[in-house]
Amino acid sequence: MAFLSIQELRKVFGAASVVQKFDLAVERGEFISFLGPSGCGKTTVLRMIAGFERPTSGAIRVDGKNVTDLPPNRRNVGMVFQAYALFPNMTVAGNVAFGLKVAHRPQSEIAARVEEMLKLIKLPALGNRYPYQLSGGQQQRVALARALAIKPQILLLDEPLSALDAKIRVSLREEIRTVQRNLGITTIFVTHDQEEALSMSDRVVVMNEGRIEQIGTPFEIYNYPRTRFVASFVGTLNILQCRVADPARGTIMIDEQEIVASRGLNGAKAGELRSVALRPEAVSLREANGDWNRLRGTIEEVSFLGAIVRIRVRFKESAVSLDTFNSPGAPPPERGQSTIVSFARDDLLVLDGAEPA
Amino acid sequence: MKRGRVWSWVAIAIGAIYFFVPLIATFEFSLRMRRGTHSFDAYAVVFSDQRFQASFLYSSVLALATIVVGVLLVVPTAYWVELRLRRLRPLVEFITLLPLVIPAIVLVFGYLRIYNSSSWLPLTASERGTDILLMFGYVSLSLPYMYRAVDTGLRAIDVRTLTEAAESLGAKWPAILFRVIFPNVRSGILSGAFLTFAIVIGEFTLASLLDRPAFGPYLQLIGANRAYEPAALAIIAFAVTWACMGLINLVGSGARGTAPAR
Repeated sequence: MAFLSIQELRKVFGAASVVQKFDLAVERGEFISFLGPSGCGKTTVLRMIAGFERPTSGAIRVDGKNVTDLPPNRRNVGMVFQAYALFPNMTVAGNVAFGLKVAHRPQSEIAARVEEMLKLIKLPALGNRYPYQLSGGQQQRVALARALAIKPQILLLDEPLSALDAKIRVSLREEIRTVQRNLGITTIFVTHDQEEALSMSDRVVVMNEGRIEQIGTPFEIYNYPRTRFVASFVGTLNILQCRVADPARGTIMIDEQEIVASRGLNGAKAGELRSVALRPEAVSLREANGDWNRLRGTIEEVSFLGAIVRIRVRFKESAVSLDTFNSPGAPPPERGQSTIVSFARDDLLVLDGAEPA
Repeated sequence: MKRGRVWSWVAIAIGAIYFFVPLIATFEFSLRMRRGTHSFDAYAVVFSDQRFQASFLYSSVLALATIVVGVLLVVPTAYWVELRLRRLRPLVEFITLLPLVIPAIVLVFGYLRIYNSSSWLPLTASERGTDILLMFGYVSLSLPYMYRAVDTGLRAIDVRTLTEAAESLGAKWPAILFRVIFPNVRSGILSGAFLTFAIVIGEFTLASLLDRPAFGPYLQLIGANRAYEPAALAIIAFAVTWACMGLINLVGSGARGTAPAR
C-alpha cells in the first residue's frame, strides 16, 4: 500500500471546480513534483494534504491512516512556503526549535535537534541571527530545517525556490534533493518550473485545469508526453501542421514534403489534418543517413545562447527550432542559407487533433 | 544653502515656536508661586497632595487594566478579521470608530441606564463594580486607536502564512497568538497602549459622572480652585506623556527581529 494515498480528491470554490478527481499514490521516500501553470490546482492539492484546505470530496491517507479531516497541527506534515514564512521575532535557532517547543520536547533534545538541523543546512554558526539578517537562500534553508526539525512524515514544498535568483535556485534545489535523499523523507514539491521538476523528482505529476494530465518519471514525461498539454508545457516543442498521406506506411506531408512517423497514426485517415511535435534537440542540421526524415528549408533565425545555438529553419508555412552545441571551430550558419534538417522517425510525436497545442 | 532647505527650516521653526512657547510659558508660570523668585513650590504642593497621588495611582491602575483588556479584545479580533473575515473589515472598522462619533456623556448615561443599581446587572451598586464599568468604558473610548494601531501592525506581516507555518509545526491557537502573532505586532500594541494610557489619564466625563476618584476630575478640581498648581500639573502630565513615549521607543528599539514587509 502506498505511503501517501490520495483518492478522488475534489475541491470546489463557489462555482469553480479547482481540483477534479485527483488520484495519486506516493511511495515512502519518493520525491514527487506537481508541475503545471498558475491556477492549475497544484497548490490547492498541496494545501489539502497539509490540511489548510478541506476537500469537497475524496480522501487523503498517510501510512494507511485517513487524515482528510485532521487539522494541520495534528498531521505531522512539514511545510516550506514560497515566502519563507520564518517568524520574524525569533532567531534562526528559535525558528528551528519552534515545532519542538510547542510539542513540549525536553530542552536538551531541542538543543541537540536544532544543532543537527543547522549542520544539515550548512548554517551551524547562524543560530543567533534573525531572519532579516539572512539572504533569501539562507532564509529558505532555515525554513527547510524548521520543517524537518519536527521529523514530519511528509515534507511539502510550495514553490520554495520561486523568490530566489537563478544561481541560488539551482544550488538550493540540489541541496534540497540531497537532504531529501539522505533523510529518505517522502516529499511533494510544487512548481511551475519544468526544469526544477525534471531535475529533482522521482516522478512528476503534470496538472492542468485541476486535472492530472500525466504521471511519470521525468524521462517519460519529457520523451513520451501523453497529451498535447504535456507535450507543449514540458520542454520546448516544435508543433507542426501536417496532412496524413498514407496511414498504412505512416507517411505524412509537411509543406508538400513527405516524411514518415513510426507511430501515432493508428486509426488515422488519408487526407486528415494532424499536429506533430518535435523536440529541438531531436532535430539535426546534418543530413543523416538511413531511415531518418529529411526536410528542406531556409535558415530564418540564429540565436546565440552561449553553450547552445538555437536555429529556426522555415520550410514554407511551418518552421522548426533546433538546438546545436556551440563550437568555436564551427561557426553557426548564416540567415537565409538553404539547408536540410533531419530527425529520427521515432522522435516525431503525432498528437491528437489538428489544431496546434 | 538651497532655497528649499531654508523654507524647510522656517517651517520647522514655526512649528517649534507654536509647540514650545506655550509649554515654556506654562512652565515659567508654574515656578512663580513664591513671590519675587522662581521656585518649585507648586510642584512640591502637588506632589505632597494625597489626592494627587491617589488619583494618579487610581487612573494608572485603571489605564493598565484597560490596556490588558483592550489588547485581549482587539488583537484576536483584528487577527481573525485579517485571517478569515476580510469581507467584514469595513463593518468592524465602522464599529471601532463609533466611540469617536458617540460623545462620552451619551456613553456614560447609557451605562447608568443599563447597569444602575436596580438593573439586571447592577455594576454601579458597588465601587468595584463601578471601577469595572469605568474600565470597560475606557476600553470603548480607546477602541478606535487600539484597533487601528494593531490592525496596522497586522497588515505589516503576512498573517496567513505565519499562521499556517505555525500550524504545520503543530502549534495550536494559543501558541500561535502568544508566540507568533503578539510578538510580531508588539510595536502596534505598544502604540495602542500608549494612546490608551494617555486617554485614560486625562479622561474626565466618564470618571466624573460615575463618581470615581480619577486623575481627570482631580485636574479639573485643582484647575478651578488654584492658580499655580494647575500649571505644574500640566507640566507633570507632559512629563508623564513624554516618559511613556521614551519607554515605547526604548522597548521598540530593543525589540529585535523586524517583521518583513509583505
